[in-house]
Amino acid sequence: MPRVTYIDTQSKEATLDIPVGTSVMQAAVLHGIDGIVAECGGSCMCATCHVYVREDQLAMTPAMQPDEDAMLEGTASPRRANSRLSCQLVVSPEMDGLVVYTPETQT
Amino acid sequence: MPADRLVIVGASHAGFQVAASLRQHGFDGAIALVGDEPVLPYQRPPLSKDYLDGKIGLELLLMRPEAFYREHRIEFLPGIRVTAIERGEHRVRLATGEHLAYDHLVLATGARNRVPPVPGVKLDGVCYLRTLAETDALRRHLAGAERIVVIGAGFIGLEFAAIARAHGRQVHIVELTDRVMGRVVSVPTSHFFAAAHRAAGVEFSFGAAAMRIGGHAGRVDHVELASGARLAADLVLVSVGVVPNGELAAAAGLEVANGIVVDEQLLTADPAISAIGDCASFPCGHAEGRPTRLEAVQNAADHARCVADRIVGKPHAYSALPWFWSEQGALRLQIAGLTTGHDQHVLRGDLASGAFSVFCYRKGELLGIESINRPADHAHARRLLGSGRQVTPSEAADDGFDLRAAAMARS
Repeated sequence: MPRVTYIDTQSKEATLDIPVGTSVMQAAVLHGIDGIVAECGGSCMCATCHVYVREDQLAMTPAMQPDEDAMLEGTASPRRANSRLSCQLVVSPEMDGLVVYTPETQT
Repeated sequence: MPADRLVIVGASHAGFQVAASLRQHGFDGAIALVGDEPVLPYQRPPLSKDYLDGKIGLELLLMRPEAFYREHRIEFLPGIRVTAIERGEHRVRLATGEHLAYDHLVLATGARNRVPPVPGVKLDGVCYLRTLAETDALRRHLAGAERIVVIGAGFIGLEFAAIARAHGRQVHIVELTDRVMGRVVSVPTSHFFAAAHRAAGVEFSFGAAAMRIGGHAGRVDHVELASGARLAADLVLVSVGVVPNGELAAAAGLEVANGIVVDEQLLTADPAISAIGDCASFPCGHAEGRPTRLEAVQNAADHARCVADRIVGKPHAYSALPWFWSEQGALRLQIAGLTTGHDQHVLRGDLASGAFSVFCYRKGELLGIESINRPADHAHARRLLGSGRQVTPSEAADDGFDLRAAAMARS
């Protein structure tokens, strides 16, 4: 299973084995990772599952769709070039080793 | 106000979030989370969407896995009703006869389905869509149904209708008023959604009251309207809104008026009792301070965070911007702010293209923005309305006006 590492603003790390087809958000919620809120349950409606993807790994992630791009305008922590909504990061074999940073705040 | 023992009544979005936020803040006291459903706290919005459609299972519906409650020392008591609040003793009584003592009590009792006073609402095949159990039953009935009548054209009724149509079922929606989602959206948005559902094959009867749900051998087979019309149905979804669960509070002598009445910090008249989420009527800063009760995940979760902040010694008045969403087939509706009582609406974007926003004003003041398949507008709307910045009607109507810049501007 692809492994994804979550790092929060206190540098606390957690690495999860995530089944292909599960989103980075879903895996985080299932394992109780605090830095991801996901208020809308993964519908790309709320922008509370914001993560920063490690810059050199952006190419590993699925292409950003217009809805996600739009909702990233509404994140509570600043949007950066490596901002993604983790509900849209559906894990594929190519994403093994991905590192995402959770932001200061989601709400 | 030291609160070493916290009891939360109601284990849905609001109740769960109080517990989770408290632990996040390092609250060290005891937390008991009492729910009357037999399952771990779960997310309700997907019930009428991906869960009903079979796209996700229970595992992805849960707020957190079971281990979370253990690890965070949240004592979750499933399938238990609280039968009384004994304010003098600072404890609640459970249906089991036991008591739970509290230093602070949070009422997150939510709401229940409004059941119309018509014969036949108990027939087999008459379904509701609020709890997991109701949704499971609805799914079973949907599998074998051909002709469906939906009573009530609100979010739930329309979300269900879209899924039922996508599964090839005949759907007829009966609505008492003259338009869909009339309580929450502007006229153009209503009309747009009704037209889209019609184009997908949904039939509507507006200004129509269901007088009787009929059947034989205990199973539903039709709905009779006040006009005398009979609509054949092997499945009826009743989705005519909810009633707040305020009885527990009222019986304990707390004020209940369309919800449990709380102040701007979400406290009842008893300083040891808060009420949050769907069951609470609070003075809403985004509605000129009027007593407001909202049925929304955002409201539940933000109320919960506000109460958690207070319990850990960082009290503040509740001020979060209300927002809502609905997914109906390919249509995504997002609403920021409260548009009730607007006297002017301005369209931004092209209605015919299916992607537009409606800016709602009252006396020239922007109250809220409805966005249909325009998520960027919604993201900007939340920023704008959250900060109290204004966009004039003529700016809103001008597609060349930079809404993003207006939202991002420092006031």
